[in-house]
Amino acid sequence: MMGCWILHEGLTIILVLSWLGVNLYLFIDTFRWYEEEESFHYTRAILGSTLAWARASALCLNFNCMLILLPVSRNLISFIRGTSICCRGPWRRQLDKNLKFHKLIAYGIAVNATIHIVAHLFNLERYHLSQTEEAGGLVAALSKLGNAPNETYLNPIRTFHTNTTTELLKTIAGITGLVISLALILIMTSSTEFIRQVSYELFWYTHHVFIIFFISLAIHGAGRIVRGQTPESLSLHNVTFCRDHYAEWQTATQCPVPQFSGKEPSAWKWVLSPVVLYACERIIRFWRFQQEVVITKVVSHPSGVLELHMKKRSFKMAPGQYILVQCPAISSLEWHPFTLTSAPQEDFFSVHIREAGDWTRALLKAFGAEGQAPKEPWSLPRLAVDGPFGAALTDVFHYPVSVCIAAGIGVTPFAALLKSIWYQCCDSQTQLKLSKVYFYWICRDARAFEWFADLLLSLETRMSEQGKTHFLSYHIFLTGWDENQAIHIALHWDENNDVITGKLSFPCLVGVFSCGPKALSKTLQRMCHLYSSADPRGVHFYYNEESF
Amino acid sequence: MGQIEWAMWANEQALASGLILITGGIVATAGRFTQWYFGAYSIAAGVFVCLLEYPRGKRAKGTTMERCGQKYMTTVLKLFGPLTRNYYIRAVLHLMLSVPAGFLLATILGTACLAIASGIYLLAAVRGEQWMPIEPKPRQRPQVGATIKQPPSNPPPRPPAEARKKPSEGEEAAAGVSAGGPQANPIPVTDEVV
Repeated sequence: MMGCWILHEGLTIILVLSWLGVNLYLFIDTFRWYEEEESFHYTRAILGSTLAWARASALCLNFNCMLILLPVSRNLISFIRGTSICCRGPWRRQLDKNLKFHKLIAYGIAVNATIHIVAHLFNLERYHLSQTEEAGGLVAALSKLGNAPNETYLNPIRTFHTNTTTELLKTIAGITGLVISLALILIMTSSTEFIRQVSYELFWYTHHVFIIFFISLAIHGAGRIVRGQTPESLSLHNVTFCRDHYAEWQTATQCPVPQFSGKEPSAWKWVLSPVVLYACERIIRFWRFQQEVVITKVVSHPSGVLELHMKKRSFKMAPGQYILVQCPAISSLEWHPFTLTSAPQEDFFSVHIREAGDWTRALLKAFGAEGQAPKEPWSLPRLAVDGPFGAALTDVFHYPVSVCIAAGIGVTPFAALLKSIWYQCCDSQTQLKLSKVYFYWICRDARAFEWFADLLLSLETRMSEQGKTHFLSYHIFLTGWDENQAIHIALHWDENNDVITGKLSFPCLVGVFSCGPKALSKTLQRMCHLYSSADPRGVHFYYNEESF
Repeated sequence: MGQIEWAMWANEQALASGLILITGGIVATAGRFTQWYFGAYSIAAGVFVCLLEYPRGKRAKGTTMERCGQKYMTTVLKLFGPLTRNYYIRAVLHLMLSVPAGFLLATILGTACLAIASGIYLLAAVRGEQWMPIEPKPRQRPQVGATIKQPPSNPPPRPPAEARKKPSEGEEAAAGVSAGGPQANPIPVTDEVV
């Protein structure tokens, strides 16, 4: 069992471990450098190890802030998915986990930020204390540097008669650091799963504080407050000898006064490219927003579902993909995801929209879905469409046998898929690798998806007309019960019959696709591992998850 | 922006602020920073805020995800009646708690975060939101007969028998009944009360 799990989740684990490994390497390498580097010997004399802790975590922060924008560059990911470089199987599946990577990197930022802040709290306190009368020896001598002309300072705090808060707020690093921390905390508290459920808009709008985050990050080091000895000074002033002769620095020529300079800011170098890339991403979204979307048909289903047929220039889709729809008349900033329900072979693309919140309610009303007289075409609100964006269902065609399980509203991506399967299997030119599709549909009652039930019916009729009745086999589980019970029944039903494995010729890959609640996908994932044969020549169930 | 329940976010923000206050306080106290006693205060204030904010209030609409083990603190909070229900009081309380921690650098982030949480609570209070405890659902003794669900009376849509050339297979039992009669369930239905 464990072996199967490793096999299936292997690539994700490798990627996560690689990320962790790079973080650890950067941290440890930087830590050792700052602990051993001669030019920072005098800085260390005042600050101790907390200098190295702060710098090491700073580098990890640079690394993670560079990465964090990449998993949410939707168009970049779709582009990578489209190219044949990392086309098949496991690599494609990693692209589906982009949000999980984004969250992982965010946690990495949070951890490193905590270390960085705590270390700098100690640093400021130590700089402050080294200006006291009681501070003796080398530390005191170092802190006095900069008072005389021709001297560069080491200690940014110049007197004891101040407090660390005031000193922090006098520096660019301090102010930007406070702003960055607040931005990060606001982003994180509004991104918890609960808040995303309560109000997606709050999460989305607050998340844009990342703009302030990145701007502040870029100028965070501008004050050059991390100071080390200059190379010229190091060549004249032998640290190993002179550190014990600090009383003679002013007078002796053997140990001239050490000179210091600040480290130049480097965060901007790390984050410039991803920021530019993400800016392009948003520009692409804006450009797509400007493109005309022609609404060719509006169907209002009695179950409160609005079907929209649209056309857009050079729009190409694959089944299972989704688009982002914006209706400026309702909200100029909100983009909402909807799965495409049309097949690529059709000359339009369609979505089915059900009321699920303020925005969808307003949209249904604007399109006259509330039972009034049908609206005039010119009075329909304008829509903007971005996408399509990738999802896992395109892999269905790569398996000889595919099992699709949909629960409730998760049935929507399968509408496009089943239509596309029909087009492809009835087109005698194409030779499909896919030879059998099992489709399971679990929902409370079919009324809300009566449009889909109609689709199934017409597909079955058309398939039987073509003599391909064995191609698609579907099962509907209607239940007014708890969805969990229905899922339980649906899954254990086949356990007794062992239908699928019994009819396959070995070796065989079965793709399992699902769209529905998390409980369903977790159970299915377990089942796939359970029933997959450990023997590479046996039957393997590959689980592909679809989630929004 | 529609109906955002601000108190929910204020709660998350306040809980985070409590943790930040505790962390800053520990750093200042353990490191014996100047005026470290503010750090000690900060730890106490942080613990208080965390306990106060741990039980999530009930949402006005929809289901609320409870935090693990929050029912104990919910019971305590209910005892205080309007003091814990009213968000104006919470806003003022958080603002007052945050001020002393502002005198120490190590806890200043906690001050800022708690002040922001206070502001969001004020917004929630102005919009008339209130803290309502999440009550456990009472277990009802079901009446026999009322809970037996009828299986769907109509079979799933099927084309007429002539169009269907599929031989009947075992797994087709879900749809393998003649049209017009009540749907026979693939496995026996037992009413399980959860």
